[in-house]
Amino acid sequence: MRYSIWSVLKQGLRSNRDWKPAWRDPEPKASYDAIIVGGGGHGLATAYYLASEHGMTNIAVIEKGWIGGGNVGRNTTIIRSNYLLPGNEAFYELSLKLWEGLEQSINYNAMVSQRGIINLFHSDAQRDAAVRRGNSMIMHGADATLLDEHDLRQICPFLDFENARFPIKGGLMQKRGGSVRHDAVAWGYARAADLLGVDIIQNCEVTGFIMESGKCVGVDTSRGKIRAKKTGVAVAGSTSRVMGKAGMRLPIESHVLQAFVSEGLKPIIPGVVTYGAGHFYISQSDKGGLVFGGDIDGYNSYAQRGNLPVVEDVCEGGMAVMPMIGKARLLRMWGGIMDMSMDGSPFIDKTDIPGLYLNAGWCYGGFKATPGSGWCFAHLLATDQSHDVAKAYRIDRFQSGAALDEKGAGAQPNLH
Amino acid sequence: MIIQHPLLGARDAAEFTYLGDAAMLMRPDPANASHPDKLMTAFHDYVHLRDNPAGIHKELWFHEQGDRSWLVVTRNVSTHEIISVELASDVKKASKRKSK
Repeated sequence: MRYSIWSVLKQGLRSNRDWKPAWRDPEPKASYDAIIVGGGGHGLATAYYLASEHGMTNIAVIEKGWIGGGNVGRNTTIIRSNYLLPGNEAFYELSLKLWEGLEQSINYNAMVSQRGIINLFHSDAQRDAAVRRGNSMIMHGADATLLDEHDLRQICPFLDFENARFPIKGGLMQKRGGSVRHDAVAWGYARAADLLGVDIIQNCEVTGFIMESGKCVGVDTSRGKIRAKKTGVAVAGSTSRVMGKAGMRLPIESHVLQAFVSEGLKPIIPGVVTYGAGHFYISQSDKGGLVFGGDIDGYNSYAQRGNLPVVEDVCEGGMAVMPMIGKARLLRMWGGIMDMSMDGSPFIDKTDIPGLYLNAGWCYGGFKATPGSGWCFAHLLATDQSHDVAKAYRIDRFQSGAALDEKGAGAQPNLH
Repeated sequence: MIIQHPLLGARDAAEFTYLGDAAMLMRPDPANASHPDKLMTAFHDYVHLRDNPAGIHKELWFHEQGDRSWLVVTRNVSTHEIISVELASDVKKASKRKSK
């Protein structure tokens, strides 16, 4: 059923009797043209674009848990394309353009809201860096606006401009950035892919890869063998565990990132604001909760919860930039597991094993990349060629010396 | 997390900075390389590749706001439970004795 105001009115008049589940719950077939391991945002987007852009409909998404239960439902919902390096910016700008047309193409209200993102700066050097980044964004076709202190006071009068240690001098704004209802992204992609014939198989854990004469020809799962000509893996957070079953060691560590939501408040924060002198970012959800986060905990972790020193650090960052939030009470906090790569950038690439493809290493920026990642991974799976904007995301880039280190922190995953 | 420092007793993990997998104690020896290509591969693996297990993990922690010693902490990364703590210098010495 196509969702529209007419379907809402019609079902409303019929006591909402005829709504169908948003996607089927099929039994896995014995074989497919392609399977995607991982039913998160990236895996579902990949399946949707494989079906809609490349006409591959005999495909399946295999998910260990349930749709929307992983990192796609555990992030801080920010979208933006304010990157610096040529290998990154074109990719994230493609992703942001796909966000802009997403709801129409998948016929689902994902509450895409381009309310703007502002990265604050506090010194002349940071202002120079912001100008450079803004120029790089504009050269790649994105938008960027430099705000001085006066402009910023109009938009965010509540910031601590006179802070003695880190006075706020302005910000780099991307007006097209914003936030999206994150689990609606998973549900919307799942429904749209399902309507095109993609099988979404939940509660089905991949336990190994089927190898025949050095080639990957499918996966062993908790619900039996499923064969496929091509297998794509998009399981960020658990990439090392899953690819370990194929004998691969990767330039990835798993780390925990915490996020926080306050009690619901009246609208106060107009868009997304990030602190420039510490790691803190905040926005306000449509329900009114302040959604914020900061650094990863900094040690390897597969536990979906963090520790208190980082909670303290995040709250200190928040108090330094907008003291008013000290009155708000915290409602919820949680942790998600990230693939932290050696240069802070992701991988969308073939592996050395024919038939096996990898999408991984999103660090803690995977949510905004969801449509672009799906678009480029689908392109790779369908054509065996990297998409133009994802050519830098190679697995062998550390060996070849072509690392894509946005922050310049070196091969130390917990610093990216 | 509370780390049982072998010399100082129970210390808060916030006093430490984290480096990563304790396998980094075992740097490849350039003098022993049979071929330059092999050395490149060995160093690439050493610097960039990680086992990243979900379970027991030996890792290097630096007591930056304490006695500035390096520790090897054996920890369950799925539960944050700390199983044992040793001085990294002891671990390194033991591994040298073993290899001789």
